[in-house]
Amino acid sequence: MIELVDVSKAYGQMVALGPTTLTIPTAKTTVLLGPSGCGKSTVLRLLLGLLWPDRGVIRFDDTTLSPETVHAIRLRTGYVVQDGGLFPHLSARENVTLVAKQIGWKLSDITNRVRELAELVRLPQDSLDRFPVQLSGGQRQRVGMMRALMLDPPVLLLDEPMGALDPLVRAELQTDLKAIFQNLNKTVVLVTHDLREAASLGDQIVLMRDGEIVQRGAMTELTTQPANEFVTRFIQAQRETV
Amino acid sequence: MTRQLFIIMALCFATTGCSNPTETRIGSKVDNESVLLGEMATALVRSSGTVVQHRRELGGTPVLWEALKAGQIEVYPEFTGTLAFQIFNDPTLVDLAKLRAKLLEQGIGITRPLGYENNYALGVRVDMADKLKLQRISDLLKHPDLKLGMSTEFTRRKDGWPALKSHYALPFGEPRALEHAIAYQALVAGQIDVTDVYTTDAEIERFQLRILQDDRKFFPSYAAVFLYRLDWAKQHPDALATLEKLEGKLDETAIRKLNIRTQAGEPEAAIARDAVQQTLGIATDAVIETRTQQILRHTVEHLILVAISLTAAIVVAIPLGVFASRQPRWGQLIIGIAGLVQTIPSLALLVFMVAIPVIGGLGARPAIIALFFYSLLPIIRNTATGLRDIPLSLHEAAEGIGLKPWAKLRLVELPMASRSIIAGIKTAAIINIGTATLGALIDAGGLGVPIQQGLRLQDKELILLGAIPAAGLALVAQGLFEIAEWFIVPKGLQLTASR
Repeated sequence: MIELVDVSKAYGQMVALGPTTLTIPTAKTTVLLGPSGCGKSTVLRLLLGLLWPDRGVIRFDDTTLSPETVHAIRLRTGYVVQDGGLFPHLSARENVTLVAKQIGWKLSDITNRVRELAELVRLPQDSLDRFPVQLSGGQRQRVGMMRALMLDPPVLLLDEPMGALDPLVRAELQTDLKAIFQNLNKTVVLVTHDLREAASLGDQIVLMRDGEIVQRGAMTELTTQPANEFVTRFIQAQRETV
Repeated sequence: MTRQLFIIMALCFATTGCSNPTETRIGSKVDNESVLLGEMATALVRSSGTVVQHRRELGGTPVLWEALKAGQIEVYPEFTGTLAFQIFNDPTLVDLAKLRAKLLEQGIGITRPLGYENNYALGVRVDMADKLKLQRISDLLKHPDLKLGMSTEFTRRKDGWPALKSHYALPFGEPRALEHAIAYQALVAGQIDVTDVYTTDAEIERFQLRILQDDRKFFPSYAAVFLYRLDWAKQHPDALATLEKLEGKLDETAIRKLNIRTQAGEPEAAIARDAVQQTLGIATDAVIETRTQQILRHTVEHLILVAISLTAAIVVAIPLGVFASRQPRWGQLIIGIAGLVQTIPSLALLVFMVAIPVIGGLGARPAIIALFFYSLLPIIRNTATGLRDIPLSLHEAAEGIGLKPWAKLRLVELPMASRSIIAGIKTAAIINIGTATLGALIDAGGLGVPIQQGLRLQDKELILLGAIPAAGLALVAQGLFEIAEWFIVPKGLQLTASR
């Protein structure tokens, strides 16, 4: 279980996240949903220690996130960036195995794990020795997933994982992600602005606006019992564009 | 790997510029005659059984005088007039006994005059002199439109142009300041009409110049002597005795003949050997290199200057660049200072280095230090830029997946910035190779030596023998870095760039 207790973050006058308390349940998928600038990516960065809150506490189970614990927490947290966030100078395989090598995994373990993950994310083996620039957008995202899953972390954080993909690839990857999340039994936090993605993947939806949580619950709750006018309009607007 | 590099560098620093304490170092100025006297002194001192090195063409009077006082050289040829007027600014010191006493205070000894005088004079083209009826310096008063070009040293000397101008009340403005050898070329080409000459210069005959009579007795007498350090003389009495054999043996005709041979391109060492044989009957060995050997040696010297200074610059500048990219304010300061160094004219920096204690002086070491400073800016700037250009999302990805700062720098940031860093090193190398040709001015060797000799002897071939290999080195460096880039810049980035 991950907890944010009264966490806030501002840049000068600009409030990125107002005082926020949120519980992210273990082995469930929580989707942070909202228009751009609503603070959903800020939450993700705070969870990874890429940003530090002005106030409040973040806890991973019993460990409080601090400069001392952040490295250990990152190793127990898989991170997937928009468009894969792959390092262009490394091959797909090198991207995936970078941290495992750093922390001294055995070579045979690394090889086995890579093979296993390639099957899991349905990435052809021969793509593994290509460089990011030689892969398609969907393949890059699958490699990004492999990199995040390499150390078999209990927590998975995904920042707009399908933001840069075209619709067909997106639909396909979405199906695959759903299967992966269900099979792996991980605590997942996914950031998106896409209602369908949220509906399809999320056990819990956290709808945000202007640095605040507007409503939290299952998708059906958001549609049937919208907390306010904004929730209704957000859902309505997204349905119309699709 | 890095450790070995450090050890090699430390060794190089320890050996360059320092020298064997029992070795006698003879200096000479940049003009032919001084080099020739330096070679003769070298041959004589060597024949007395002393280990000797000729540090030739070190620069003008101030460089040699400072070097002698500082103990960087032990002996050099000088003129009495220069000492009296330029160094001590005391006309009464043209009296030799007084001069000797004055030098004694500084721990410097002086031989008796070698025989000839080499006085300053003004020279003009004979055809123009006939047309304008120029015989005496005071005839110049009637021709205020003549173009004057004087050697840089003459324009600055206390006993030079300013004093001459007021003594004769000459109606001219500031003359153009040129190198002595170049002034002759300009005179012959008609770009200037009047220049300062030394009365023993071979060019006077070669270019058919008229010496204007010093009718108001301005120019003092400049008798050639050797100066030496008294502490050296104490340790090497035999060497001094051999050197003193030259006293009174060289008259003007003899020295002018020798100067003509130098201009014909004969190696100074060979001319000096013959002169010592003829005037003193002493047979000496001269180490005479062929031109090919000479160029090869200078190329190697040049490469050593560049390799050491560039390696040191890389080792220092990359960490500074990393720091500059992390701390933008400090970065501005660091890049600003490195940029400031870059704006100092290289010649000025080199001359400045001569005067700095410990790290400065003459030889390869101060030149390497100066080149090192010149090489910093492009590497620091390109390292910082290369690192700053890495997108924020990749920084976050690297941290987010659990790379510690050092691993992130080594595995992600430096490889991603490698193309920019190598481009910076390439720029630094090419600047360095070009600037190293100026090292010859402070006895650092390198391909500047033939260039400078060529200028002095007005030998275009010799200039090209220095300039072409230097340009060649720059091209080779360019090529090598392109190959290195192919190996060092990760394949993934090369593919990215080509898309």
